[in-house]
Amino acid sequence: MRSIWLASRLAWRQLTHQPARLASAVAGVVFACLLVFMQLGFHDALFDSATSTARAIRGDIIMFSRQSETTSRTSGLPRARLMQALADPDVARVTPIYLGQVIWKNPETAVRRSIMVLGADPDSGVFALEGASAAAERLRQRDTLLFDAQSRPEYGPIGERLARGATTVEVANRTTEVVGLFRLGASFAADGNLLTSDVNFHRLVRDRMPDMVDVGAVFLKAGADVSAAKTRLQRLLPDDVRVMTRDEFIANERAYWANSAAIGFIFLFGVGMGLIVGFVIVYQILFTDVANHLSEYATLKAMGYSDHYLLAVVFSEALMLAALGFVPGLALSWWLFDVSADATFLPMLLRPDMAAFVFVLIFAMCAASGAVAVRKLRDANPADMF
Amino acid sequence: MMPAIEIKGLEHWFGKGELRRQILFDIDLSTAPGEIVILTGPSGSGKTTLLTLIGALRAVEQGSLRLFGRELRGASDDDRIAVRRRIGFIFQQHNLLGFLSARQNVEMALELDPTIDAGERRSLASVMLAKVGLGERLDHPPSKLSGGQKQRVAVARALVGNPDLVLADEPTASLDKVTGQEVATLIERLARERGASILLVTHDPRILGIADRIIAMEDGRIVNAAENPCD
Repeated sequence: MRSIWLASRLAWRQLTHQPARLASAVAGVVFACLLVFMQLGFHDALFDSATSTARAIRGDIIMFSRQSETTSRTSGLPRARLMQALADPDVARVTPIYLGQVIWKNPETAVRRSIMVLGADPDSGVFALEGASAAAERLRQRDTLLFDAQSRPEYGPIGERLARGATTVEVANRTTEVVGLFRLGASFAADGNLLTSDVNFHRLVRDRMPDMVDVGAVFLKAGADVSAAKTRLQRLLPDDVRVMTRDEFIANERAYWANSAAIGFIFLFGVGMGLIVGFVIVYQILFTDVANHLSEYATLKAMGYSDHYLLAVVFSEALMLAALGFVPGLALSWWLFDVSADATFLPMLLRPDMAAFVFVLIFAMCAASGAVAVRKLRDANPADMF
Repeated sequence: MMPAIEIKGLEHWFGKGELRRQILFDIDLSTAPGEIVILTGPSGSGKTTLLTLIGALRAVEQGSLRLFGRELRGASDDDRIAVRRRIGFIFQQHNLLGFLSARQNVEMALELDPTIDAGERRSLASVMLAKVGLGERLDHPPSKLSGGQKQRVAVARALVGNPDLVLADEPTASLDKVTGQEVATLIERLARERGASILLVTHDPRILGIADRIIAMEDGRIVNAAENPCD
């Protein structure tokens, strides 16, 4: 313990002796921190937003077409499959959900832009969305819908207009009334969202055959065994239907973006690049520290200092750089997350577990630089000093 | 009384295979505690190799080398590190740590001893620096000291831990005549105060006067071992 304390004090004195060099080393670690935090932040935001539609759907079991990969690009599922599912004694009800893209005209600028529309029986309560069930009564009227208050601003200041009483918009070339707001959020697949009844959905999306649905949300009777019911349904239904629990459905959505879209890989690649840049900078600093002080280190060895002591000095330097760089790196990332959330409308959240993970990564990065730099210590041979 | 250094039949080689070359031949040497011995000889005579072997900086290959009664042949790395802690080293270059003050450099020699606490280290180092005439420059970094002052800090560092043996290799080579003589006298005085033996390798004829005994080496052998005629 005593020698660790003395070694780290020596490391601290060496680091702080040249403030400019220390500053550049710390800046390198800060930079690596920022890169890693931003990549992880975008990575998580992507998955949070990409699965937001899936997470908005209630139901114990989800029926999905075998041909559908993701909720943002679905193939139809015959409505008859939902009726078949009712044959299972544990199934209480099955709600059809419709998903599609329509063209929205910005009421202020008249610019047209594609928007995601979700449709289901307003009384089914199938959407776990703030503001959805309260508006059930109004959604049953002809050509009415709810607007996602967290859509990108390109769709127009719909919230402000509602407050003024200007509720009319043009969607899919139909004059439609916005009767309220809900909150879902933009994702990589959809810049904005609308929510409406199943009947109004078919008024907006004309090319859809009425007997095809996109998602079937199965509600089981109270106390039913979800996985047993899932197995029975999968056996009961033809192969064109995938039966998933709600968690599996969300995981499937996440896996789509992680694997087939290669987006997960891109962000992890960015994390790796950040760590490599940080590794090289820290290694450079540590290596030159050792190389410039070889005869001094050799003198210490001659005086009776052990190799372990000198290793402890170099590793202390590495870990001090990690700690010194992480704190400002975390603060800067915090601020940049806010800036990016405002710019992208993605849910950028710097959670404590992410901070802890990055802390571990940065420490490992600095320790690895130290481990490579200490190889130079072997050149400090006290027998060559005379 | 046990000799500080006791060498019998020491031989040493450098290189491997075809290139293997013998550097030291049948060295016999012993020094009494407190004795000051100067080792001279032309370059390549093997005196520096002998010094590194005595300093436990190289492993002994053949023959016997006892330091303070302890056999170094076959000693482990840890044994050799432990022996080195009883030796004060002074090099041709001062080799002070540039990021430490003069006193912190001297304290480095004491930090190896866990029985000395921080306050004691501080005062011992300050006293030692005062003795080498640097009492006013305790907190100066090496870059703010002259060549002679730096070498005096190195002398203070070598002697502050009360070593049983001081090994010095050309300690005056990088100094001018006056400063060199001052440093040599300083080493002699401090070592005699503490009863430490000194083995000093030098070419510098001006400092031979401090020796009790002068040993000349040539081609890896000791060619004479005489009492210092200057005494």
